Amino acid sequence: MATIVEKHKSDVILSYLRPRKKFPSVWCAGCGNGIVMSALIRAIDNLGLNKDEVIMVSGIGCTSRMPVYLDFNSLHTTHGRALAFATGAKFAQPKMKVIVITGDGDALAIGGNHFIHACRRNIDITCILINNYIYGMTGGQGSPTTPAGSFSTTTPYGNAEKAFDACALAQAAGASFVGRQTVHHAPQLEKLIMKAIQHNGFSLVEAMSNCHTYYGRLNKQGDAVSMIKMFKELAVPVTKAKTMTPEELRGKIITGELHEDNVKTEFCDEYQRMVDAMAGRK
Amino acid sequence: MQGNIACVQGAIYSGMRFFAGYPITPSTELAEGSARELPKIGGRFIQMEDEIASIAAVIAGSITGHKAMTATSGPGFSLMLENIGYAYMTETPCVIVNVQRGGPSTGLPTKVSQSDTMQARWGTHGDYTAIAVAPSSVNDTLTETIRAFNLAERFRTPVTILLDEVLGHMREMVTIPEPGEYQVINRIKPTAPPDQFEPFAMTPNLVSPMPAYGEGYRYNVTGLTHDTMGFSTNRADEIFPKLEKLRNKIENYTDEITKLRVEMMDDAEIAFISYGTVARTSMQAAAIARKAGAKVGSIQLYTIWPFPDKQLIELCARCRKVIVAELNMGQIVHEVRRILPRDIEIHTVQRYDGEILTPLQLLQKVEEVM
Repeated sequence: MATIVEKHKSDVILSYLRPRKKFPSVWCAGCGNGIVMSALIRAIDNLGLNKDEVIMVSGIGCTSRMPVYLDFNSLHTTHGRALAFATGAKFAQPKMKVIVITGDGDALAIGGNHFIHACRRNIDITCILINNYIYGMTGGQGSPTTPAGSFSTTTPYGNAEKAFDACALAQAAGASFVGRQTVHHAPQLEKLIMKAIQHNGFSLVEAMSNCHTYYGRLNKQGDAVSMIKMFKELAVPVTKAKTMTPEELRGKIITGELHEDNVKTEFCDEYQRMVDAMAGRK
Repeated sequence: MQGNIACVQGAIYSGMRFFAGYPITPSTELAEGSARELPKIGGRFIQMEDEIASIAAVIAGSITGHKAMTATSGPGFSLMLENIGYAYMTETPCVIVNVQRGGPSTGLPTKVSQSDTMQARWGTHGDYTAIAVAPSSVNDTLTETIRAFNLAERFRTPVTILLDEVLGHMREMVTIPEPGEYQVINRIKPTAPPDQFEPFAMTPNLVSPMPAYGEGYRYNVTGLTHDTMGFSTNRADEIFPKLEKLRNKIENYTDEITKLRVEMMDDAEIAFISYGTVARTSMQAAAIARKAGAKVGSIQLYTIWPFPDKQLIELCARCRKVIVAELNMGQIVHEVRRILPRDIEIHTVQRYDGEILTPLQLLQKVEEVM
């Protein structure tokens, strides 16, 4: 039976890919992006979304190639600008589901301003931020999430800068749903993405992922398997984290639903209310 | 009505229903006017966090099926240029209004200039062909905005409207046209079933039908050089036709895009060539010169890019002298020098101190070169 179930599952994935056109992918063997992509596909499939009503937007980077592989309306934009394009798309056609796939460099460095403002507006976009601590496509340079002290090709003596906590940043900026998972926790990641897509408002899913080719190699963390195992060691569910001291949590990755606000109004809804109120006044 | 507001009115007449922008002097009335008018007619206005985001939102708005516009001034235009390049590459119709002020850098926010003329043609990186139009009166601004939207939709390309601070803030009588008075062109939608649809197909006129996201076509849009299916390519035999398409879909139709206003040129020995507000000064100077018996004419470029080579060569064939007047250190004069035969003398009047050119200055130049 297992093989039939397996086959069925793989068919679900295949039915969302553009296999003849776009494979093999640009991703390295063992890259966590594949795990995130399959979690995303399963989440969309579970929700039964209409392919025509989904827009996948991305910027530039390894991660940002994902929409190109997927059979949706795909918009592969300029570096860092995915959320700005996505904001335009969602605001122009609020009936569409807009999902942004972005990396740590794309979303938090060049795109940092768009990131905080998309959060602030609380526009109904699901942003999946794949954080692998490094610039992969350009060859292993430091990013805004490269941990202090760790190595990249532009921090050859250890990173003197501090890293962003994307989830804390998003929450502070006004995002109404914030969660984090690692690529070791694929089923939990799938559920988190499902909840994020269902949430009406800006939702951030930070997916902690492995770049063994650059980050792992430069920081002596081994191959894909050992890096994914490392995520298992470091992950602490948010409920458990509440019982731990800051010292105990140092270096850990807090996972799960970190923030949800169902009271805050969504931007497109608010705009529509304004338009309706204007029409009523006439 | 102000020039900037006439631009909003022209855009709405053309079917503009999406505006994303970031306030910058002297273009702010375009954002304000759009914010006021669009919600009344089912349109949408959003003030983005910066100019880069504004043009990004406009491009996405267009891809989801709206006619979309943004407005800015020099420094904002510089910021937008990477994404304007994206619009050229992805063949996304949209309109960008640049209400020019003095530069470089923050420059002269409340002073007039025409120093972004070349930037509208060559601003973004890479090879492409641009369309830019330049009105000279408030009423013109309305009609040229309609033309800009029509060109954008007809050729699936960004179109730049070059206004300037004086024109943007000048108030003149404007006639709002009745529906149907001007032709309004809409992008061609595909008729092929989705499984046979090629989003960037090589059609006879090189303009591919363009569906909106959500209409069932699910195609890929990327700023990477792509094949006719919209997927990135590194193959020379696919790169070359794509770039040729970007150029030829416009350059093959220069005659259709070109618009000139020609005054007193039948027997002119001296011709003014100018555009924007300066063209009004030229027209007046030519009329005054005529009264004094000098054979002076005026050619106004409503279409700046693509440059109307053929038309200007024909018009200037009987002239001995040409005076190119512009509010910069000399941008369009290079194009005039490029195309006119050597036996025509080319003179310039240039002003770049934030002030307008007066008819007197142009008449002095006529006397000087006569």
